[in-house]
Amino acid sequence: MKKSLTWREYVITRAIKVSGYSAIVFVGLIFFFLLREGLPVFGEVPISTLFNTRWYPIEEYYGILPLITGSLIVTIGAALVAIPFGIGTAVYIAEVSPRWMREVLKPLVELLGGLPSVVLGFLGILVLSPYLRVLLDLPTGLSALAGALLLGGIAIPTIVSIAEDALDAVPRSYREGAWALGATRWQTIWRVTFPAAKSGVLTAIMLGVGRAIGETMTVMMVTGNAPVLAILPGSILSPVRTMTATIAAEMGEVASGSVHYHVLFFIGMVLFLISLIVNIAASSVVFRSKKRAERILS
Amino acid sequence: MQPADLPQAKVSIQDLSLQYADGTESLRGISFDIPANQITVLFGPAGGGKSTLLRCLNRLNDLTEVKKLDGKILIEGENILDPKTDVIALRRRVGMVFARPVVLPFSIRSNLTYGLELAGERRKSRLTEAVERSLSQAALWEEVKDRLDDPAIALSGGQQQRLCLARVLALQPAIILLDEPTSGLDPISTGKVEASLQELKKTYTVVLVPHSVQQAARTADFAAFFLQGELVEYAHGEEAFTNPKDQRTEDYVTGRFG
Repeated sequence: MKKSLTWREYVITRAIKVSGYSAIVFVGLIFFFLLREGLPVFGEVPISTLFNTRWYPIEEYYGILPLITGSLIVTIGAALVAIPFGIGTAVYIAEVSPRWMREVLKPLVELLGGLPSVVLGFLGILVLSPYLRVLLDLPTGLSALAGALLLGGIAIPTIVSIAEDALDAVPRSYREGAWALGATRWQTIWRVTFPAAKSGVLTAIMLGVGRAIGETMTVMMVTGNAPVLAILPGSILSPVRTMTATIAAEMGEVASGSVHYHVLFFIGMVLFLISLIVNIAASSVVFRSKKRAERILS
Repeated sequence: MQPADLPQAKVSIQDLSLQYADGTESLRGISFDIPANQITVLFGPAGGGKSTLLRCLNRLNDLTEVKKLDGKILIEGENILDPKTDVIALRRRVGMVFARPVVLPFSIRSNLTYGLELAGERRKSRLTEAVERSLSQAALWEEVKDRLDDPAIALSGGQQQRLCLARVLALQPAIILLDEPTSGLDPISTGKVEASLQELKKTYTVVLVPHSVQQAARTADFAAFFLQGELVEYAHGEEAFTNPKDQRTEDYVTGRFG
């Protein structure tokens, strides 16, 4: 009896250990695969071509700058939409709305986060971009702006959900302390609750923006996919093509092992690098403020 | 049911009833006067409505879900439960110290000046003067005068609570409400807070919910005994603890229940 128990214990601990390590192994393998397929590009295409402004792979123009700027402009646009709206919504849900409203709103927002992005893209093609074309008198509504608005919509639920949790975790006593001193509701939110929840709100923003960078399907459907160098702010109204959309659109038709194939993997490496930077930035911000709080509390 | 020789009333509570939205009734037909420049103690077992009453006096209950609120609270003749009352101004006039010290995440100095800045005070000299005055009144000045710009959260529990008291004093309110202000403090800090209350009553009207019967007996000029939302007895401090009229008060102060 006792022996079988320790034996079971052994198996369970090992199984948990293996599943834990497997996450590291998978990330490692993905990284290795990406490098193996992407690195040969440096032998095949001169770097000056790679960081050029013309993407036309059939004629062997492999300039990825338009794709990087396309991703950037759409992501920045999305962040400009999602951050104020997302934080505003989070503050409303956490601080202002009555309890019943909150119980309706929070699940609704989270449901929005679960919406398949292809459905949003569909709405973008059928509703948003024709509307933008008429409203702004553009040659086509399929533009960076349409992509930014939709991506903003995709990032908002992430931001709202996490920022609201952070605001909600601020002890009620902080608020009552400020109220009892004669602070208005707004002064309390701005001067007390918000600073206290700062690290959680920053995490929310980083994760939301991270989602926007990696999003593929929606942007492929609504941004028009023209690989033109996009420079703020004028290009927001013209079609752009993002890195993710390029990989998704062209990977299916490329000959395995060709130069074009390697360039697509190189784009994947750049994306990987960007999301790595965003993640490290996010966790270092959170880590730093956590450490500061610990130092003060101890 | 009031002591016959009650000094001039600062606050007059008239037939106050309150029921929270979750169905728990907290106050039933409370009427009594709180005298100026005295320490009035509200005591009794938990759930009796002491804190609820305190929170009515500065309308902090506005932010909780209250289903029913009847009656009047007159402060210097003005009914503060009137919807037209300027609640923000009221809370500056009626300061509150909580059971657990709530220092705001700023420096010691900013904790003290925050309320004044909210009230629109910008003059440096006035703020500096208020910091020193309020810290001295709360018996904290000697301990922190050299590190006013340190984060307030680095203070000890007892110091934090005295900082909270000082923060209220900085606003120079007319009335100070204290909700079990020493429940988390050691005896020495408790003694300091109680001593400063005796000083403060000369200028302020103090309403205290103590965390023990002993503290109630030590500090009370007047004492009101609350039981399950009702005011059972209201008397001079000494009388309430040595010679209570109501059997329930006697049972509680002699430790037969509670």
